[in-house]
Amino acid sequence: MKRMQTEILVIGGGATGTGVAWDAALRGFRTVLVEKRDLTHGTTGRYHGLLHSGARYVLKDAASAVECISENRILRRTHTHCIEDTSGFFVVVPEDEDDYPDRFAAACRRLDVPCTEIPPPSALRREPLLNPRISRVFELPDAAADSFLATHATAQAARQAGATLLPYHELTRLHLSGGDGNRAVSAATVLDTVSGEELHIDADLVINAAGAWSGQVAALAGVEVKMILGKGVMLATNARLTNTVINRCKMPGDGDILVPIHTVSVIGTTDEQVADPENLSIEQWEVDLMLTEGDKLVPGLSRSRILRAWAGVRPLYQETQPSGEPTPGTDDSLSNDQPAQDSPQSSRDATRALALLNHRQRDGVRGFITITGGKWTTFRLMAESAVDAACEQLGVSRPCRTADTSVPGVEQGHYWLGHRLNEVEDENLQSELVCECELVTRSMLEGAAQRNPTVTLDDLRRDVRLGMGPCQGGFCTYRAVGILHQLRAGNASPAAGEWHVAHMQSPAHHHRAGAAAEPSRAGPAPASSPAPSDESRRRSAAVDPGTNVSQPNLLLRDFLQERWKGVAPILWGQQLRQERLDELIYLSILNADHLPVDDEESPLSSFYRSGSSPASSSL
Amino acid sequence: MPPASLNSVGLSLNDCIKCNICTSYCPVSQVTDSFPGPKYAAPQSERFRDFGHPFYADGAGPISRTLAAGQMPDASVDYCSGCRVCNEVCPTGVRIAEINARARARIVAARGISLRNRLLGRNELLGRIGSIAPGLANFLLHNPLSRRLAAALFGVAEKAPLPRWHHHTLNRWLARTRAQRLRGERKVVYFHGCATQYYEPFVGIAAVLVLEHLGYEVIVPPQNCCGLPMLSNGEFGAAESYHRRNVSRLIEFVNAGYPIIGTSTSCTLTLKEEAPELLDLENDAGTRALKLATWDIFEWLRERLDQGQLPSDLRPLHQSDQPFILPYHAPCQLRAHRIGKPALDLLARIPGLDLRESHARCCGIAGTYGYKTEKYQIAMDVGAELFDFVAAQSTESNQDTEGSLSFTACDSETCRWQLEHGTGLPSRHPIELLAAAYGLYDLHARRPADGN
Repeated sequence: MKRMQTEILVIGGGATGTGVAWDAALRGFRTVLVEKRDLTHGTTGRYHGLLHSGARYVLKDAASAVECISENRILRRTHTHCIEDTSGFFVVVPEDEDDYPDRFAAACRRLDVPCTEIPPPSALRREPLLNPRISRVFELPDAAADSFLATHATAQAARQAGATLLPYHELTRLHLSGGDGNRAVSAATVLDTVSGEELHIDADLVINAAGAWSGQVAALAGVEVKMILGKGVMLATNARLTNTVINRCKMPGDGDILVPIHTVSVIGTTDEQVADPENLSIEQWEVDLMLTEGDKLVPGLSRSRILRAWAGVRPLYQETQPSGEPTPGTDDSLSNDQPAQDSPQSSRDATRALALLNHRQRDGVRGFITITGGKWTTFRLMAESAVDAACEQLGVSRPCRTADTSVPGVEQGHYWLGHRLNEVEDENLQSELVCECELVTRSMLEGAAQRNPTVTLDDLRRDVRLGMGPCQGGFCTYRAVGILHQLRAGNASPAAGEWHVAHMQSPAHHHRAGAAAEPSRAGPAPASSPAPSDESRRRSAAVDPGTNVSQPNLLLRDFLQERWKGVAPILWGQQLRQERLDELIYLSILNADHLPVDDEESPLSSFYRSGSSPASSSL
Repeated sequence: MPPASLNSVGLSLNDCIKCNICTSYCPVSQVTDSFPGPKYAAPQSERFRDFGHPFYADGAGPISRTLAAGQMPDASVDYCSGCRVCNEVCPTGVRIAEINARARARIVAARGISLRNRLLGRNELLGRIGSIAPGLANFLLHNPLSRRLAAALFGVAEKAPLPRWHHHTLNRWLARTRAQRLRGERKVVYFHGCATQYYEPFVGIAAVLVLEHLGYEVIVPPQNCCGLPMLSNGEFGAAESYHRRNVSRLIEFVNAGYPIIGTSTSCTLTLKEEAPELLDLENDAGTRALKLATWDIFEWLRERLDQGQLPSDLRPLHQSDQPFILPYHAPCQLRAHRIGKPALDLLARIPGLDLRESHARCCGIAGTYGYKTEKYQIAMDVGAELFDFVAAQSTESNQDTEGSLSFTACDSETCRWQLEHGTGLPSRHPIELLAAAYGLYDLHARRPADGN
């Protein structure tokens, strides 16, 4: 078994985990992060993309609102290029009118959330598809955030600061030392899910940033963390309906947010408490509810083309008395005084504020911290709190630097919708397009595949938006598979230098000769480990002919199945017509349902096979 | 401001299934790399523009901040000729050409318009100015030196087939022959368009003669440019004011129940479809009434034919025994009416006429497109398919045994000029042929058979 040694081990490669790795590395800690799948495979990659102004929570959850507006201001500086400055409207539709809007505006003032009431006609002029029956509109600094790009940019910043990130490494064991009352987490065993090798990591401290999976990770340390898992279903429209984030001006509920993100609008969400963060089903009533509620924001939304449905799961947490041994110093009466807070009626009522669980005080387990709850918007603050707690446990005092440090790429300025098209046009890259819908060029694909661990095409989707457009992989899947096959066979144009994560979504960047390489490893001395970044690069399925997951047939099957999983719940009208054409391409021409790999497992097959949709097992 | 609907032009991109049929039929992308193709330019690129948002001339929105800052994502959409072959072949009904026209309007809104495109859009104004002194105007425009200057200064292609002002306008002929015009109970309104008024009054004359031959009084009320040249060049604001003026001038006739009949397929298409859709005027009552009252002249004549109301005194166009070979090209703008090719139904009644139907996609000129220096060669390359077709008819025909090939026919004026430029053969509007077959019109001299 291979061994590594580090100061801080982070569990989870979502926004929070990569944020923790970035923060810890910036503070000079030797840091290793493990993620069981690809970065952002969990909740981070399945949310609607809203950078909250906090206004949504001013009346319901003031603590979360204050966190959101403060982080909103910071992230616009530190992650500028991952954010589109869309602005946000809170609109009062006829169904909602009561005293909420006035209380809302007052609460925004009280909590320093900038809120301007604008006349409905000017709002309608800016957003002509908006419900013309709105009676009041408030404008707030909401924005759209690309959580894939932001996480990759944070991960790159972490790497540059010396952290080691290991995707496709699943935590299987936490090693505890010491006896009762003096227990401490000292090491972890992780499984490289691609090679099947185990890796032992000695760590001074483990930070559990596994989001919805935090309870499972905590259980490995013998600690109970009862997560409230709130499943949210979202639908994406074929193209943007608005250029502004639209919120209903009412108590947060289902289907009351419409976010323009990249080329689509996302209507969300439901909030259903679930027991298991995997196997999220999408029920017909949830789809119907999103359409009905969406029509109240943009009349006709339900008749517009819906591309896809998916579900994410919120890692909500509210402190309750651990059911294990009582913790010294806890006042039992506290929970009796505030029963409603201790056990919220539903996940919708659970706080969105971050939750830091210092297991030394809470459970008597040293070297173990859980950071959960919160919003994507507050991931940086969550990381700061977690690493502050780590400093305290490790007995050092090192100030957080993330609020004043930019991730690579901010010099590009805010994202704007036309960015990809503009680059394709400027450099005449039309003939280089692999994914025509999302304007993904061959060099973007090769750059991502060669320099980022690529086990499935779905990894490339998260990197460059492959297959996320109207045809849902209909035309790009076979092209991408062919390109990856060529890469495997060594026929690729040589990939020079570092992967420009900051530009991973730029069609032109990888095309330009002599683009300056990003500075690497500017941080403290690397962890005493076998150069893991090289390792992760070598593990990339696309460049390692030894790994079976890169079989073109598997890549094809897995990606088609994964795309199909999200299309099946909304299969009507225009998208049904699209899928008929895709069916003709893959089943009638390519015979893709009789590939010689039908029974083989891959790191993705468990994901799409777990879908509860009855159709999800067929192609 | 009319409320934008989810059924507007922009949102028709939701119908695209990416099948590429439009790209494989597009005559422009086939001959140049400057235009990446209809699918790329319309349903794909539109998702990266300000999707679904109509354009307003006053610049007050709704346009996003990036667009307001002059940041336009793409330029290649300017190379779409607007021929609408893509619309014609799209199996799912995406309004591709209209999406592109709107995209051009937004480019113009953000970046302004060149003097050349502004001039090309002012068909009517140019026509009116030139017709003050047609001889002088033709000399000034058509001598080689000024063509070279126009190319260098404005970017108007040196060799492109610019029209010549006629020595009198259609209105002058109508005034001069007022006494001979038919008066009667049955009336139709004739929409002549700018080209007929200033360059080809004889097309209008032929139309009036045929309509009167059917027993209809022809009303030619004051009218102005339909606005299409401005729509094509992205000047939606100006196009809208022209269109609204036409509505106010024609609406009384529409309300009286008279059909509005045009010989220019692009003008009638604009009244029927382009202006209402592109300018978001589909809910405007006047626009809607005019749209429903407007007919292409052969569409209307075919109705008469079907009703058995067409006079049958059609005579052969040639006195000899040989058939008169006539290659006929239905212009893109006519095909966009989705009425079939009604001129063929009528011309087929002319004895001894050997009609040869062109299946070429486009002549290339596409209104003002082929007049632009950077697009002239593209237009000629697109037209090659049609020019070759005409040449093939000529090669096949043996003057002595099979008849002669002395004309081509096409319903649209700029297409006829391009056809003449590309084939060297004179081209006629089908109404001229029909008028000639009724013995009302001299096909060679292009004037009434009675000399008036």
